[in-house]
Amino acid sequence: MSHDPHNGADGHHEIEMPHASMRDYTIGFILSVILTAIPFWLVMARPLDAGITAAIIMAFAAVQIVVHMVYFLHMTPKAEGGWSMTSLIFAIIVIVIMLAGSLWVMHHLNTNMMPLPHDLSQLP
Amino acid sequence: MSTTTLSAAEGLAPADEPVQFYELNEHPHPEGHSTMLGFWIYLMSDCLIFAILFACYAVLGGNYAAGPAPKDLFDLNLIALNTAMLLFSSITYGFAVLGMQQGKLRMTQIWLGVTGLFGAAFLAIELYEFAHLIHLGATPQRSAFLSAFFTLVGTHGLHVTFGIIWLVTLMVQLGKHGLVAANRRRVMCLSMFWHFLDVIWIGVFTFVYLMGMLR
Repeated sequence: MSHDPHNGADGHHEIEMPHASMRDYTIGFILSVILTAIPFWLVMARPLDAGITAAIIMAFAAVQIVVHMVYFLHMTPKAEGGWSMTSLIFAIIVIVIMLAGSLWVMHHLNTNMMPLPHDLSQLP
Repeated sequence: MSTTTLSAAEGLAPADEPVQFYELNEHPHPEGHSTMLGFWIYLMSDCLIFAILFACYAVLGGNYAAGPAPKDLFDLNLIALNTAMLLFSSITYGFAVLGMQQGKLRMTQIWLGVTGLFGAAFLAIELYEFAHLIHLGATPQRSAFLSAFFTLVGTHGLHVTFGIIWLVTLMVQLGKHGLVAANRRRVMCLSMFWHFLDVIWIGVFTFVYLMGMLR
């Protein structure tokens, strides 16, 4: 039956931990710096339209999150026998439903609200 | 485990032997064997807390109540500095993990200390920003935008605070017991927590600060 390969000579079980390497951290750090610096520069210098800038910085954020997951959090599909990835996918599904649902519902609520005077400070 | 059950599991059992769908023998469960996965699942639940706060901010972020808007309040230079602090603390934590893997206690402690200093610098800058906003009259009570802003960014800051408390505790534990199995596990858990906070910060600086300036 499944003999623990990490079973040491002294009978002490080593817990399986993700193996980190200098290479991973260096690649992750350099990519993060690039992926952070470009959005900041785009917003501070404004070489592009607001709409395009927004799309680009959102794309950069998504890529940077993946970079952090892979190089800093050592996520692999095989980590913890696949259970890490399974729980991550579950969390992402719930988050997408929650975010998209909230925005969708609240947008329709706002649209159907009674119009308010333009300047709210005029209200009693 | 006997060979009988093994072959039964593979569907090669002779017809006269009953197929077993359960195991009678106990597996060895080494101490802490499920800690990493359990901690990961905790992080996923923490992710849901932040997702709710992000959703609140996305819904309420435009309701200024004739008060100040992000453009009037945020200083991107300060946020860039803050982001750099957190990014540096991520790589220095990486060095601490590498030190631990090589069994170098002193190196692990030094890099953990450096990480803590970067984390403290991040917190100091954030508290300075909050104090500045409150001084300007942009308090959480001012508008729905500011309530959502302070809740989201403040919750992240609170996580960093607890991360630093944990880090100091871990340094004391490392000093007392060295790189024993339990401490190695703790270093890896805090590593996950710390890098996770950095991932949340990517969302904060992108959606709150950068998108706020574009509005």
